[in-house]
Amino acid sequence: MNPAAPVDHRGVIRKVLMVCAGSFLFCFALIPIYSIYCEITGINGKTGNAGGTSAAAGVVDTTRTITVQFDTSVKAGLPWAFRAKQASIEVHPGQITEVLFEASNLSANDLVGQAVPSVAPNRASIYFNKTECFCFTEQTLAAGETRDMPVRFVVDPALPANVSVMTLSYTFYLNDIATGRLAQHAVVPNNLAL
Amino acid sequence: MAHHGDHADTHADHDDHDHKPSGFFDRWFCGTNHKDIGTLYLLFSLLMFFIGGSMALVIRAELFQPGLQLVEPDFFNQMTTMHALVMIFGAVMPAFVGLANWMIPMMIGAPDMALPRMNNWSFWIMPFAFTLLLSTLFMDGGGPAGGWTLYPPLSIQGGNNVAFVIFAVHMMGISSIMGAINIIATILNMRAPGLDLLKMPVFVWTWLITAFLLIAVMPVLAGSVTMLLTDKYFGTSFFNAAGGGDPVMFQHIFWFFGHPEVYIMILPAFGVASEIIPTFARKPLFGYQAMVYATASIAFLSFIVWAHHMFTVGMPLGGQIFFMYATMLIAIPTGVKVFNWVATMWRGSMTFETPMLFAIAFVVLFTIGGFSGLMLAIVPADFQYHDTYFVVAHFHYVLVTGAIFSIMAAVYYWLPKWTGRMYNETLGKVHFWLSTITVNMLFFPQHFLGLAGMPRRIPDYNVAFADFNMISSIGGFAFGLSQLLFAWLIIDTCFLKRGAKATSGVWEGAKGLEWTLPSPAPYHSFSTPPKIDDSVLAHGDVSH
Repeated sequence: MNPAAPVDHRGVIRKVLMVCAGSFLFCFALIPIYSIYCEITGINGKTGNAGGTSAAAGVVDTTRTITVQFDTSVKAGLPWAFRAKQASIEVHPGQITEVLFEASNLSANDLVGQAVPSVAPNRASIYFNKTECFCFTEQTLAAGETRDMPVRFVVDPALPANVSVMTLSYTFYLNDIATGRLAQHAVVPNNLAL
Repeated sequence: MAHHGDHADTHADHDDHDHKPSGFFDRWFCGTNHKDIGTLYLLFSLLMFFIGGSMALVIRAELFQPGLQLVEPDFFNQMTTMHALVMIFGAVMPAFVGLANWMIPMMIGAPDMALPRMNNWSFWIMPFAFTLLLSTLFMDGGGPAGGWTLYPPLSIQGGNNVAFVIFAVHMMGISSIMGAINIIATILNMRAPGLDLLKMPVFVWTWLITAFLLIAVMPVLAGSVTMLLTDKYFGTSFFNAAGGGDPVMFQHIFWFFGHPEVYIMILPAFGVASEIIPTFARKPLFGYQAMVYATASIAFLSFIVWAHHMFTVGMPLGGQIFFMYATMLIAIPTGVKVFNWVATMWRGSMTFETPMLFAIAFVVLFTIGGFSGLMLAIVPADFQYHDTYFVVAHFHYVLVTGAIFSIMAAVYYWLPKWTGRMYNETLGKVHFWLSTITVNMLFFPQHFLGLAGMPRRIPDYNVAFADFNMISSIGGFAFGLSQLLFAWLIIDTCFLKRGAKATSGVWEGAKGLEWTLPSPAPYHSFSTPPKIDDSVLAHGDVSH
């Protein structure tokens, strides 16, 4: 190119490309990092581990009463009705409680749904432990079927003192992959438009 | 290096300074000369500026009056989305890369960019990327309409334009990364002997830091849009809540790219202002090293403030406080820069040629944009301002009167060096005053609209907002038409060559290696490295 500056640029290029590759990988690494970060801090309402790991688990703190409210919604594309059988419930921290939700498939097709939970306020969400939940697995409802769906939970007694009301919210989504699988195995072909 | 000797021998007869490729195709399509590629980048950017500007005029025409008059809401949304993508990736970034291509080798006494063939490639990817992007407007379902930030799930609910947009973004990213690698290699390896890093012109410094930002964050953008692509077409659930993903995570990843991106678009503008102001104030730049360190601090801080774009998505109090204060911290190095520009002008023998007028307007109006940025950084206030026209006013002050004004200043400043002819100074001043008055008429009322609660990206609005929108639209059309004068001035200088012949120094107070070359700059410059004499360096005293 020129006689004056026959410089070897490969060293710089190699280093710079390593930075590029590193930041591309970092982008994908953010997904597990974000997920772990949310689990630790409770950002985004991700709830605590099933089973509860607090040292105080099993001890019921009857001096405190927490109001747990329930909220439900169904995402567009899933023709289900979904409600909590009770609007709210009062519990003591450490006390294992079971509540029921009710979901009905309003369509003429068998459908698979997936519920995603969220707890507000964020700072309380890691103290909300579900020991059993319909959100742990896919839920299949036959055409027209209505079913009760139980949730068993315990509020960790370590819950900050300034929290007295929590909201547990569920959103049901259509699991189109599992529903598609269901349709393939069905003896009678259905006309589900996905 | 074994090939050193051969290399020198083969090219020994290349001292002829005007040895250009003979054919048009060879020169402009296959050429690797940094000046030609710089020209291509700048012309491409000008074309995109007018395409993106036309889209803005569609937006302002629809918003001239309340109600839906001219375009369908969906097309309106396509215009807001495409206007942003075209202006950011097609106008501002390529313009700065073009300036870097033209000026960096001449400012550091290098014969060309370090990797000339890759330089050719990084430019020629751009027209293909933008053909891909703009072609979506003619597809079934139209172009992307979910905003340039491409937030899922909205952005992937469109038709197959999603795939085109994502591949276009990939190509722009590859182009930017290659450009950045080239700039880093050029600056680190090809400076004339004696030109230490801390003697480089500030424009070169700001570009070095910008190039590092580019290589650090463009791969993050590429990764995030790749995840959008697999979410839409390959059944992954990175951002799909139904599958255990999280749409808010996209916003975090996007803005981890997006915030450094806004500094990618403004740091070279700081460099341009730092070249022009000392020239026309006839004084060395005040606080050269402070300028360099301030630029580096801004670049570092840009990585830890991204979540201020998303205060309203739900974030713990601690996070909001951290991002609020980290954002406000950026005002300190930025304040240092503004102070230094003003101090450079203080008691200088100033003259007000067009580049200086644009540079001063840049300092004043960019600072206004910076102040509205501080207002947006305040978390409780941001809940009110978020997604309103206040945000639109803020980022147009920093991007139009910031980045674009500095690009125009740079073009007027260096055009005589590029073409060997002076531009028409009277028309240049007319262009400046028209632009400055109309751009304020265009964007200043948008502050009031935003504070009053007018949301952005909506084609209709409450009649209460009618007057300010009408003023803004009139300003918008006047600003757009004023830019035709800019295009005319460039045609007049470059092609009609009617101006006076430019001297090698061009401006009385200009200092720096580029001004030691004749005007127009010879096709091959600094084939032999220049002797560095501190007195010709742009900023004179570099000891502080």
